[in-house]
Amino acid sequence: MTRMAAEQRHRIRFTLNGEAVDRACEPRMLLTDFLRHEIGATGTHVGCEHGVCGACTVNVDGRPARACLTLTLQVEGSEVRTVESLADRQGRLGLLQSAFRRHHALQCGFCTPGILMSLDALFARRANADEAEIRDVLTGHLCRCTGYAPIVRAALEAAAELRGETNREAVDA
Amino acid sequence: MKPAAFDYVRAESLDEALDVLRNEGGDARIIAGGQSLMPMLNMRLARPRILVDIMRLAELRRVEPRQGNIAVGAAVRQAELLEWPALDRDLTLLSLALPWTGHAQTRSRGTVCGSIAHADPSAEMPLALVALGGEVVLRSARKRRRVAAHDFFLGVMATDRNDDEMIEAVEFPATNGRRCAFREVARRHGDFAIVACAAVATERGVRLAVGGVADMPVAREFDILPASALDGALNAFAWDLDARDDFHATARYRRDLVRMIGHELIAEVTR
Amino acid sequence: MGEFPGMNVNAAAGASTAKPWVGQSIPRVEDPALLSGRGRFIDDIGVRPGTLHAAILRSPHAHATIVAIDTAAAKQARGVAAVLTGEDIKALTASLVVGVKAPVECWPIAVGRVRYAGEPVAMVVAESRYLAEDAIDLIDAQYEALPAVIDPVRAMDPGAALLHNGFPRNTASDRSFKYGDPEPIFADAKRTIAITIRYPRNSCTPIETYGVIAEYDPGEQAYDVLANFQGPFSIHAVLSRALKVPGNRLRLRTPPDSGGSFGVKQGVFPYIVLMAAAARATGRPVKWIEDRLEHLTASVSATNRVTTLRAAVADDGKVLALDWDQVEDCGAHLRAPEPATLYRMHGNLTGAYDIRHVAVRNRVVVTNKTPTGLNRGFGGPQVYFALERLMQRIAVELKRDPVEIISRNLVPADAFPYRTATGALLDSGNYQQALARAVSEGGLEALNARRDQARAEGRIYGIGFTAVVEPSVSNMGYITTVLTAAERRKAGPKNGAQATATITIDPLGGVSVQVASVPQGQGHRTVLAQVVADVLGLTPADIRVNAELDTAKDAWSIASGNYASRFAPAVAGTAKIAAERLAGRLARAAAAGLNTESDDIAFAGGFVFSKRNPDNKSPFSRIAALSHWSPGALPEGIGQTIRETAFWTPPELTPPDDQDHVNSSLCYGFIFDFCGVEIDRVTLQPRIDHYVTMHDCGTILHPAMVDGQVRGGYAQAIGAALYEEYAYAPDGSFLSGTFADYLLPTVAEVPEPLILHMQTPSPFTPLGSKGVGEGNCMSTPVCIANAVADALGVADIELPLLPARLAEAVRGAEMAAPSGTKAPETRHGDRRLSGEGSAKVAASPQQVWAMLLDPTTLAAVIPGCHSVKKLSHTDFTAIVTIGIGPVKGRYRARIVLSDLDKPAGVTLAGNVDGALGFGSGKGRITLAPETDGVTAVHYRYDAEIGGKIASIGGRLLDGAARLIIGQVFAGLARQAGGDTPAKGGVIASALSKLRSLFGGGR
Repeated sequence: MTRMAAEQRHRIRFTLNGEAVDRACEPRMLLTDFLRHEIGATGTHVGCEHGVCGACTVNVDGRPARACLTLTLQVEGSEVRTVESLADRQGRLGLLQSAFRRHHALQCGFCTPGILMSLDALFARRANADEAEIRDVLTGHLCRCTGYAPIVRAALEAAAELRGETNREAVDA
Repeated sequence: MKPAAFDYVRAESLDEALDVLRNEGGDARIIAGGQSLMPMLNMRLARPRILVDIMRLAELRRVEPRQGNIAVGAAVRQAELLEWPALDRDLTLLSLALPWTGHAQTRSRGTVCGSIAHADPSAEMPLALVALGGEVVLRSARKRRRVAAHDFFLGVMATDRNDDEMIEAVEFPATNGRRCAFREVARRHGDFAIVACAAVATERGVRLAVGGVADMPVAREFDILPASALDGALNAFAWDLDARDDFHATARYRRDLVRMIGHELIAEVTR
Repeated sequence: MGEFPGMNVNAAAGASTAKPWVGQSIPRVEDPALLSGRGRFIDDIGVRPGTLHAAILRSPHAHATIVAIDTAAAKQARGVAAVLTGEDIKALTASLVVGVKAPVECWPIAVGRVRYAGEPVAMVVAESRYLAEDAIDLIDAQYEALPAVIDPVRAMDPGAALLHNGFPRNTASDRSFKYGDPEPIFADAKRTIAITIRYPRNSCTPIETYGVIAEYDPGEQAYDVLANFQGPFSIHAVLSRALKVPGNRLRLRTPPDSGGSFGVKQGVFPYIVLMAAAARATGRPVKWIEDRLEHLTASVSATNRVTTLRAAVADDGKVLALDWDQVEDCGAHLRAPEPATLYRMHGNLTGAYDIRHVAVRNRVVVTNKTPTGLNRGFGGPQVYFALERLMQRIAVELKRDPVEIISRNLVPADAFPYRTATGALLDSGNYQQALARAVSEGGLEALNARRDQARAEGRIYGIGFTAVVEPSVSNMGYITTVLTAAERRKAGPKNGAQATATITIDPLGGVSVQVASVPQGQGHRTVLAQVVADVLGLTPADIRVNAELDTAKDAWSIASGNYASRFAPAVAGTAKIAAERLAGRLARAAAAGLNTESDDIAFAGGFVFSKRNPDNKSPFSRIAALSHWSPGALPEGIGQTIRETAFWTPPELTPPDDQDHVNSSLCYGFIFDFCGVEIDRVTLQPRIDHYVTMHDCGTILHPAMVDGQVRGGYAQAIGAALYEEYAYAPDGSFLSGTFADYLLPTVAEVPEPLILHMQTPSPFTPLGSKGVGEGNCMSTPVCIANAVADALGVADIELPLLPARLAEAVRGAEMAAPSGTKAPETRHGDRRLSGEGSAKVAASPQQVWAMLLDPTTLAAVIPGCHSVKKLSHTDFTAIVTIGIGPVKGRYRARIVLSDLDKPAGVTLAGNVDGALGFGSGKGRITLAPETDGVTAVHYRYDAEIGGKIASIGGRLLDGAARLIIGQVFAGLARQAGGDTPAKGGVIASALSKLRSLFGGGR
């Protein structure tokens, strides 16, 4: 049995955005704090720490998860993805991010990483997600700036592009 | 808002988990998806000395038919049950109620059994279990026992589970062609229910269960009655639930909803 | 450049006919970082090694004397550097200044007494936030509860408990004003129509909470603070006085990004004092990030207000005079800049209407609630809820169309600039045209038909309207309207609204802009790049904008910051002025180089050129860099062209005059809204079916951002109208402590509005623009309320429009309980729990009596009881662990027995307190002998629970408390029955019994 004592640090291994993480933390360390303050991946934000606002949403093994309701030790062996994975190494925005920018689907940008990760997980699982599904997923997020309409529009446009119904690259070029 | 310190056991076998509960039951909590427990840890409402993570236990990660019931193991996440291929046919009520359980982002981690163990009077999973007349399979190092849903829930976050026990699985009677209906009223989509109702057709009539009003989900059988008699029976049910005021809703509003939605759902499953 | 479609088009052209950048919805420069997790919010910025982390112990009581705070154990805890209480902070700081003349103090932490639930009581600084919170749990604070004052009107009762001795009757200010000649008009009026409203407490709750990182340098006796503060920087003066340093020894900086504010982050300032003092006390940097529970409980709230508004009305619906009586609830302390919420709208108390006679009585009251502060709309929601509900009532009472009533009273189109009765100078507009366009383009006719159709089908449907003027760019002197003219003369004049902007040119000719606007997500950097690019003939991509503020290095003044919708009208315009000044000097330099006159010089496409001969040109960067490389080559009298800082303050913002006229803001946009709302017959949930919002905010700088502001304000207003309330129990317990109780609208609750625009430029602002960000927070709540009033035909509407509150209006009396069922007694919003139950005990009354009075038996009976100490035969103390499910806490309990009627009855009065909260209650137990040696034990109790558990667990609390009280009696029954209870089973069956008792016992 692996019992990990409260005030000691214990080894934790998982994959973050495709790269191996091999570190240590106390059992009570929240995944939000570990990502942000141990690893320095500060794109995942903390808004409520009780699972309602959605700002901390990351993907764990392909599903959206509230990082504030996840202990770091729970993701042992998992594949974790965060907002930092969405743009390429040159900083070029991904398709969903670009749609957000075009539609002014963010203002302060604090809730945005969580929303992007929820939609990213949705589109990965349900390539044909319709507006009702998009809206249902978005009910798990609080945004105080935009009034949501541009977020829905951006998500719909990104979904259409992902399905190949429009080719934004061609339009832009 | 950071949890108090606790030891953490990543159980590699069911016996390991049960051992911890046998030795330290009162100070230990099972953590599965953690979607109910973690907010309480973060707020320091709960301060267990030890957490036992059971999510690596493959034997708890199964949904399987079992003598007319569908058994859902303790490590089955709500999202996984939602994706179970036979859900619509065999657990029709769950297919209706699960989308109301939290949000996609919490269903992806939260478990069905965890929600039942938590015994929030407004939660959908306990309501569905009571509505269907299901059972909770409790397991300790000593024994396994089965408790009927209506005996399991004792009050707000209070259940018949002993400190040395954990929920191994819950068993929902399979739909078997019976009609089901579900409706919930919350302040916003995804909030805890102010009133949630589930109806299941029975041989004599309808079994109607209500969550969010009493301290636990409560079911009552309704025979097929003429409309006026049904109104009276529903009114009696609504009052018997001993609804309370809080700042989201009044007792009267809750009773109104029980009467109106109850009527609607009964009509729906007896149509 | 796929990301910037069109962004370089102008650069290539070099033509002076290029379309201006201002007015285009270009992609925001802020977005790539924010979309990729590279934002730099305060908690993303690294701290110096050795930085300590703070956590705060907060009061569970709304009003109590602090009897003792024992910090010994906390000081010894792992990783703790210091534990500070109110007395420690008081020794290091001075009281925060209060905005009215009164002998009161205002500390950022409780000193001797707590005045609201959530008020800081002690703070721990430790090596991590986790460890700091651990130590907080070890602090033992003891309180003696005082009566709490919650209702602002009752707060003024002679008998009400006093919060501050310096505020007699809890009233911080009571001023009456008269404009025109209202009394005779009311006396002569054939018709007076009045309305009384209670505007609730709410807040715009940004998703990012407060954050502060503070350092102290003892060598220079200077503080360096980074905080996501938003301004106004008049607060800097408050802070340096509180920290007892000259202003130049408080360096206040803001991080590059801030996760929304909507006014709320003004309220971080008391924590700046706390963290700065902690840094000084420990000699190390101290960081604090507020958590959500802290934010909801204790950050800042908009004011709640009770208003009675009367109108003298002519038969045709013309309003001849208004009489305002406003009672403003500022919570427990009058924190700067309060009572500004009450006076921000003073100049435009007549709204969009031409009403020449106005009486006003303004009272400012303190209550045991969280202190108030800036919140989007700031005073507007409160004022317009009264004014526009009144206009709706006038239409109803006169049986006229609300649009007709509004139209009849609007300020005439040819009257601008229009001086209102109370002193505002409405800058520009054409309200009639805006209304007409909204009615036609928004489809009012179709909406009316839709309502008729819905009603014909038996559905509940109504239409609401509002007309609003939206003030922007606050006059820094409006707050002094709370003082008398004599007091103002003594204090010296306050007015204006200094805005600043700096343009800098680097040695390669690159242009940087720096402003003191402290954006919180609105995209200031993008708009400033547009504005400056237009002046200098560059592209926005050429301009780099820095909007971080550093009071040690930047140009700023008290009006700096992000509030009062001042960016577009004031700051963007000031940047234009700075750029134009620089351009003017560059033109002279260029003219010399291009052998022409400076008025022949133009800037476009990255070149400086002769308008007459566009081929005669020079790259902008070459001319721009001249001042660095060859200052001697510049024509005489130009000075430098490296840096230009412009300050701008509008002359229209004069101080209040001796008759209390005040132009409280510089610009006044216009909004006309209407909406159709349907109320669900079953859930009673109002649903917005159609919403139209027409705005005239002057010149629009960036259409997508303007629409973003409108939609964002509208969404927050839907929250205020339908979902959000900072609710308090009568005992002052705070009830909305989580995001599961304080309900922000999600995408499912916010239907998209139809946004319409009209642009009447402001003559008073450099770009013709006015503020737009706050308007819907003012117009939308009352528009929805008016629609619901229309749907239900009722006069009294209370926000938020809780469906449960509509039950009576829609359904009348409830279906009665079947005979034999007793209706519960709890009242709405009341935290008192009462209940009764009974149990049969297999013992004689004498035996049960003995048990009740015996500490050892009590210890055995009470679940989780560790020890009982008998102080006298009727007075016990105990330590108990009370748990429901996973929620467990240790409590100190005290039980006093009275009314002893041996062996028939006894009254127990008790209280418990612990980390999760406190409770007090009283219960009467009666013992009645039955046959066979059985005693019937009957109990009836009345209890009250408060503190953390009430604010975050309210939904489950009643049931949990009943369960615990039941457990005690189950234990008693069990003990008396002689059962040796093994764990679990027996308790469970006892609980099962209890359940049936509860079910049938009431």
